[in-house]
Amino acid sequence: MPKRVGMEVSIAASEAVRLANVDAIAAYPITPQTHIVEHLSEFVANGELDAEFIPVESEHSAMSVCCGTSAAGARTFTCTSSQGLALMSEIVFIASAMQLPIVMILANRSLSGPLSIWNDHTDVMLVRDCGWIQCFGENGQEIFDLTLCAFKIAEDHRVILPFIVNMDGFILSHVIEPVELLDQETVDKFLPVYKPVYRLDPDNPVTMGAFAMPDLYTETKKAQDERLKASKPVIEEIWKEFGDLTGRYYSPIETYKAEGAKTLFVTMGGFSETASTAVDMMREEGEPVGLCKIRLWRPFPFEDFWKAVKGVDTLIVIDRATSYGGPGGPVASELRSALYTWEDAPKVVDFIAGLAGRDVAPGDYKKMYQRAQQRIASGDIAGYEIYGVRE
Amino acid sequence: MENFNVYAVRLLPKGEYIAPGHRACQGCAEVLAVRLVGKALGRNTVIACATGCMEIISSPLPTTSWRVPWIHVAFENAAAVASGVEAGLKVLMRKGRIPKKKINVLAMAGDGGTSDIGLQALSGALERGHNMIYVCYDNEAYMNTGIQRSSSTPFGAATTTSPAGKVKPGQVTWKKNMPEIAVAHNIPYVATACPSYPFDLMEKVKKAAEVEGPAYIHILSVCPTGWRLAPDLAIRAGRLAVETGIFPLYEVENGKYSLSVEIPKRRPVEDYLKIQGRFRHLTPDLIQKIQEHVDKKYNNLLAKVRFSEEMS
Repeated sequence: MPKRVGMEVSIAASEAVRLANVDAIAAYPITPQTHIVEHLSEFVANGELDAEFIPVESEHSAMSVCCGTSAAGARTFTCTSSQGLALMSEIVFIASAMQLPIVMILANRSLSGPLSIWNDHTDVMLVRDCGWIQCFGENGQEIFDLTLCAFKIAEDHRVILPFIVNMDGFILSHVIEPVELLDQETVDKFLPVYKPVYRLDPDNPVTMGAFAMPDLYTETKKAQDERLKASKPVIEEIWKEFGDLTGRYYSPIETYKAEGAKTLFVTMGGFSETASTAVDMMREEGEPVGLCKIRLWRPFPFEDFWKAVKGVDTLIVIDRATSYGGPGGPVASELRSALYTWEDAPKVVDFIAGLAGRDVAPGDYKKMYQRAQQRIASGDIAGYEIYGVRE
Repeated sequence: MENFNVYAVRLLPKGEYIAPGHRACQGCAEVLAVRLVGKALGRNTVIACATGCMEIISSPLPTTSWRVPWIHVAFENAAAVASGVEAGLKVLMRKGRIPKKKINVLAMAGDGGTSDIGLQALSGALERGHNMIYVCYDNEAYMNTGIQRSSSTPFGAATTTSPAGKVKPGQVTWKKNMPEIAVAHNIPYVATACPSYPFDLMEKVKKAAEVEGPAYIHILSVCPTGWRLAPDLAIRAGRLAVETGIFPLYEVENGKYSLSVEIPKRRPVEDYLKIQGRFRHLTPDLIQKIQEHVDKKYNNLLAKVRFSEEMS
């Protein structure tokens, strides 16, 4: 039985990348992602990982180099945050269209301005529609597990798509948690060497990244959409295989104390842990509340979501990004849309909270719960409320 | 050289790596340069191509003109993508996952993709020392989007964003010296070339492939469409650029400069300017200004060549 060891989550993430025996890493330093690239470059410098570490001059080049290494047939990893993601975003969209199975850990951080290095989800929401598989981990163990699984899913010949593992900056990246690592032999069996379908090989020349005229562009986009949607059963299959191997099972949507709950909080990422504590607290006080955690953000798991919220009166969504002047935070907007055709759909009350590292403690969930009751009573549940503003 | 044609055909490698049927304009000297670069490198080559004319003419889905593996990702990142390809092939060979053999990794971009939007990615790739060749096909403006000025457009040239107007004589800045920027990265090989001198061009590409580390070749690629020039004058324009000293052909090997084509008596710049519509508005005093600038730059280059000779 592997031992649980206390380690910084960024180290656990780096260990996953090392155990995955990646061939190439291209990254540019940005807080709070730095510890991962530092550890990885140490592994390479010490010969503990046989990979090319390409210390690029920008995130734009990081993703561009990753496209090159991946197209050459190398297992490829990068990680970034915030402004770095914004800078590389042009290429992020191209990587998925070109079906390059790059794995990226995104240490989620707010976007400037004002400049802030702290955690929220405004960065990942910028690339919501980039065509990558996107999931969220809520603690160090999950980041380790999901990163290992990400390579296997991304490179599966039924998928071949890039994968973002979201890891909340600081509140996950910089905390020390007990994490159970796997040994190399187990990982090698679970995650064999990457076998690309196509690669840049002079003996079998292929053209990658051709352009499309209007008579073909739509068809390429339809194919891309179908492919991303078709990845869901493979994701579930590989998460199940990983669960059978380790006893740690993951699902696209997970619930906590949802049984008998009239209200569910909806969270993504590290906030789910605090929300669980808040649910425990409020349950003790007799409030019928539970938690719905969205693990898989893209492809969005509609069926699982519907199953999880069936019979619930209210969803209180904690959005961690703003859609200025829009119908709500990105998560609530999508959930409302997903529930639109339901006759007895739960009410969706949206709070934008925890921007740029603003703490959201268990007591805040209770306050949001009370505020939601008020909003429902007054019929004011459209749009969103930015929670905890100091006035 | 009566039998030059027979002789030349025998000298040229027969392989063609960009297939006929592409959509380049009539008289395009850039695609000619691409063809020659391909011939010089041979089939064991992977190309990372920037967005631009050469990408658009060669890769409309579902067809391709490329007979070597070719990847296009975006406009400004050909150098970064190529450096990734180089690193990827290297690590896979080291780990025994693909056969060990020499594969040339070529990045190619236009002057905009090199001296403007792609300069950062290029600088990064050169500084990191990847074993790759970067070729800039310089047609002196954004031709693919409709002849807009770049930092590589020469002084006095009219483009659609540096038009010759009542108060401005076209481009008002001097051409950015990209080969010198490449030299400043202390890479082992930098050269200028022009498809009007095909053997010189191919020799340089072969040299670039042989050196360990990054090599940069700046190829003046005459664009009849953008330069307002009859297509049958493309080769002559390239020769005139060299013979006037406007685009000298030279190499910088490990910091050592040498001239590839000696021009004992340079022709006046007017010979080059007057055949191109983009310069038709130039007044004699502007032509004189260009002449003085070219004289100064050419003499600077000669001084570097002489200095290199003295130091060796």
